[in-house]
Amino acid sequence: MTFFVRRAGFFLATLWAAVTLNFLIPRLEPGDPAEALLARLSSRTEAVDPAQLAAVRKLLGTPDGNLLQQYWEYLGALAQGHFGVSYTYYPYSVTDVISEAMPWTLVLVGVTQVISFAVGTVLGAWAAYRRNSRTDSLITLGSTFIGTLPFFWIGLLLIFVFAITLNWFPEGGGYGGGSQPGWTWLFFSDAFQHSVLPAVSLLITGPIGWILGMRNNMVQNLGEDYARLARAKGLSRRRIALTYGARIAVLPNVTGFAIALGSILGGTVLVESIFNYPGMGRLLLEAVSNKDFPLMQTLFLFTTVGVLLANFLADVAYGFLDPRVRRKEAA
Amino acid sequence: MTTAHGNATAAAPAPGADTESVGIAALDAGKSRRMPGWFVILWRNGKCRVGLLMLAAFTLVAVFAPLIAPYDPRLEDFATSEAPSGAHWLGTTAQGEDVFSQLVHGARTSLLVGVVAGVLSTLIAVAVGLTAGYLQGVVDEVLSFFINLGLVVPVLPLMITLAAYAPVKGLWLIIAVITVTGWAHGARIKRAQIITLRTRDYVTAAKFAGDSTARIIAYEIVPNMMSLIVVGFMGSALGAIGAEAGLAFLGLGDPQTVSWGTMLNQASLGGAMTTGQWAWVVAPGLVLALLVTSFTLVNFGVDALSNPHLRED
Repeated sequence: MTFFVRRAGFFLATLWAAVTLNFLIPRLEPGDPAEALLARLSSRTEAVDPAQLAAVRKLLGTPDGNLLQQYWEYLGALAQGHFGVSYTYYPYSVTDVISEAMPWTLVLVGVTQVISFAVGTVLGAWAAYRRNSRTDSLITLGSTFIGTLPFFWIGLLLIFVFAITLNWFPEGGGYGGGSQPGWTWLFFSDAFQHSVLPAVSLLITGPIGWILGMRNNMVQNLGEDYARLARAKGLSRRRIALTYGARIAVLPNVTGFAIALGSILGGTVLVESIFNYPGMGRLLLEAVSNKDFPLMQTLFLFTTVGVLLANFLADVAYGFLDPRVRRKEAA
Repeated sequence: MTTAHGNATAAAPAPGADTESVGIAALDAGKSRRMPGWFVILWRNGKCRVGLLMLAAFTLVAVFAPLIAPYDPRLEDFATSEAPSGAHWLGTTAQGEDVFSQLVHGARTSLLVGVVAGVLSTLIAVAVGLTAGYLQGVVDEVLSFFINLGLVVPVLPLMITLAAYAPVKGLWLIIAVITVTGWAHGARIKRAQIITLRTRDYVTAAKFAGDSTARIIAYEIVPNMMSLIVVGFMGSALGAIGAEAGLAFLGLGDPQTVSWGTMLNQASLGGAMTTGQWAWVVAPGLVLALLVTSFTLVNFGVDALSNPHLRED
């Protein structure tokens, strides 16, 4: 039980740290982002809702005023779900804009990561099974080499070859002019066409970490005494590889998956920017270039909390899967 | 950006390698050639030698960039968006700059960012990792919390947010942002290593001899962690080079600096793909990949420093 309590404690502590970081970053800067934003908002012809202004103030801070008091108000605003109004998409609230973009990123990242994990684990296990053979060096050296390629560059090349030169796929965007988002077949096939190139550029580098991690873990496991015993018992090579090697080797990859999520989301920012994909990453860049601070802050907060939550869930899952971890932490 | 795996791929221990004789051979060779022993070990590793040569070539290009580049990288005197020719080996940009000259000068930015941010984040990682691992107790709990926090916070969104608020845009800002966000991984590995080292006999002996904690860490423990620190530095430098390229590609870099990331950004914005300028798009990514490859290859040799089984005659 101690294990789960400790993990939950760590999750809450990191959550608090992320929320506080989000509070401190805009206040570290010499200027007053809130003032600049309010000036731009009030120069608009539409009347600005005073309640929204108050929310922006709480998020970005006032030049004069007690920091502690501001912090308290900021926490209050977050607890009530007031994240302010987006400058770029005025009068929409930040949460409206984000909820529009979130499904795109979730589907793209979710599908590609599950495929990467599956492909990487299988290839890594295969390389370990045939270790020191030609297949093994092809898989490990090949993935090491592909891993050195900057993957936003891979994305650019994909556009160059498949969108512009061959014209097989659209250059960018989430869906074409002909269809509107909705539960229609036309929209889904269109969105699928648009997602192929971004997905492929994530899938080229995606499995590499899993391949190498799986191979190294499994090679190590197959050298352990229990694997030697299994060989002595006369079990088949296949059976040893699957039940004595792969099954245990896949465990560390579960936590690896959650830790990698942070860098995966970073990669998504690049991919969405290259392909002009209407997800959260592109929204973040758009917010940055428009100095839309409320949108930027909230996106950062949402992404961080999402990653923290995923890590917490992975830790808990790991605790169930591997009793050794529970005992070690409790001891 | 998946660069951290490079050193994990090091081959399985070569069976039957006579550790001691290799070490002695390395020492002998080191004496006769007046080369330090560590360099001999690196040089004898075939992969590492290739990496060292590549790295040396990149360094030379970076140092002598103004002599190698045929034009000033910012000179906008030429016809715009030209295909490669004798006068412009890789063509010209949409602003009429020479792509090859930019490529040469870009090596400076990448190496500078890699070395400076790599050294800085390694220093932070060593300081935090050593303190946490050696002192343990409450200090360890607190520092480990920050290490774990640094590991899970999504780095690129954090870098983008930090860079967006900064009042000045410049290369040093990028280096600072990369350093602040990139030390956690190294710190965790160093903490784990020191926890295994701190109970060794020679550390206990030094403690009984009355050495101070600082002295024990500096003279007993750090020398034993040297290869780990070097591998950590290589990883951080790689991460920094990749991060600079990524940030510059997103248009968040220093607009005054010529870097491979900004080149790709301008190639993408300047319509290099619609004008069919292959060279402008391919070249910066390719040299970036070559630089990363050279670091990865050197890492194979650095692994051999700490693990005698991996050494080659």
